[in-house]
Amino acid sequence: MNDYLSGLGSLVERYDVLGAFWTNIQLTFWGALIALVLGTVLALMRISPIASLRWVGATYVNILRNTPLTIIMTFMVMGVWTALQLQLADTFESNFFRLAVVGLAVYHAAFVCESIRSGVNTVPLGQAEAARAIGLSFLPAARLIILPQAFRGAIAPLGNTLIALLKNSTVAAAASVSWETASTMKTMIEFNPNYLWGIFAMFALGYVILVIPIGVLTTWLSQRLAVQR
Amino acid sequence: MSASVLFDAPGPRARAWTFAGNVLGAVVAIGVAVWVLIQLNAKGQLSWDLWGPVFSTRTWQYYLLPGLVNTLRAAAFAIVGSLVFGLLFGMGRLSQLAPVRWVCGVFVEFLRAVPVLLMMVFFYGLFGVLLPGVSDKAFLAVVVALILYNGSVIAELVRSGVGNLPRGQREAGLVVGLTEGQALRSIQLPQALVAMLPAMVSQIVVVLKDSALGQIIGYQELLRAGQIVYSGDGNPLQVLTAVAVVFILLNVLLTVVAHRLSKLLSSRTAAAPLEGTGIGNPTAVAGGSRV
Repeated sequence: MNDYLSGLGSLVERYDVLGAFWTNIQLTFWGALIALVLGTVLALMRISPIASLRWVGATYVNILRNTPLTIIMTFMVMGVWTALQLQLADTFESNFFRLAVVGLAVYHAAFVCESIRSGVNTVPLGQAEAARAIGLSFLPAARLIILPQAFRGAIAPLGNTLIALLKNSTVAAAASVSWETASTMKTMIEFNPNYLWGIFAMFALGYVILVIPIGVLTTWLSQRLAVQR
Repeated sequence: MSASVLFDAPGPRARAWTFAGNVLGAVVAIGVAVWVLIQLNAKGQLSWDLWGPVFSTRTWQYYLLPGLVNTLRAAAFAIVGSLVFGLLFGMGRLSQLAPVRWVCGVFVEFLRAVPVLLMMVFFYGLFGVLLPGVSDKAFLAVVVALILYNGSVIAELVRSGVGNLPRGQREAGLVVGLTEGQALRSIQLPQALVAMLPAMVSQIVVVLKDSALGQIIGYQELLRAGQIVYSGDGNPLQVLTAVAVVFILLNVLLTVVAHRLSKLLSSRTAAAPLEGTGIGNPTAVAGGSRV
């Protein structure tokens, strides 16, 4: 048992497991940031009274949401970089990293958009009517009555999207980010099959440790901030 | 647009503004589309030399269609398996016995937190050790990983489906003399299952999308077939677009079915029908009732 653990320990150092997790955290951070901005813009388009913007937003969401992320990631490398020769950075490593971030962001932006929209949908029509009745015009009504409730309703779905994004950052393996967790684990298992269970347990535990706090935090926040109706 | 929380019914001035915005939005959207096409053309990506092979019979007959069959095969096995798994563990989480509830809970939460790709890679390695003679290890690994992940999502759907039922349903069962278990099986579960049917159809979308991850461990599904095609013809952008279109059409169809089901079934159950969000996330949103 001790031999097994010390063997596993030396593998962790040899393959830089912590570095791999750090890569996924960075992918998640930048992906989430861009997805949040893009998704908010899309959500604004989808709830606007302007039909052409609604159509653009809906089309984007329906296309991106229904495409497998693996295809988007492959497309970022084979379509955007190889075929279109668009380069996002000078070195191979940061180029693949940035392509993967863009792939993650455009995919998850569709889900961010839907999360925000579902938050807006939790606000009952009576709230807007009451705001009008006491004399608030569009901007004050949106700022004081509608949006605060909408953001609270969007916390839980946004948290779920963030968790999905963190787990999906492993798909960067399809965008040649070969130093992230899934690829690192694949290489480790290929060359050290006798440590199969230990290697998987280690990586799985790493994700449990990362995912559970986000889940607990967003559930707590959304319950604490929930609007009682 | 029907009554919205954010906007009043527009008057003449607002209608004029909306119309102007509409025209401007359309012009910008068309402008962006034209710009993309011009850029694609400048890089030579619109030439028929590259698009032609995508539409050839050879490509579809020998590569893409067999790939699609493999994708659908894995998805079919995975969805049936995850249904069984989800029902078992969903009921386990609702069990009267605390240890059963606890063990099922920990197992389901663990499976929901681990990325599917890691599970696929692990099972591919595991089957390599356990089943050295089996040739279809990648298929098995894809199916088992998808079952474990999506099964845990369905287990949560079962639990939330039962939780969303009005309390009176269970209480009425107890009053007429059923035990807790009987009330769960004969009153709560049937209604919860009807309510979660649309969400389960949406879950097929997730299964289909995630089956493409099999490409990474070498399963011959649709994306892998596409990669073989473009590595021969040198047209990755075109082939990947075609493969994506196939997935999008399938998934849009499934989403439409889920939506119709949710409308159709709303009178058949005391709970609001659940519709999945298509990202494989465990909390399905109640459809229709709160809009």
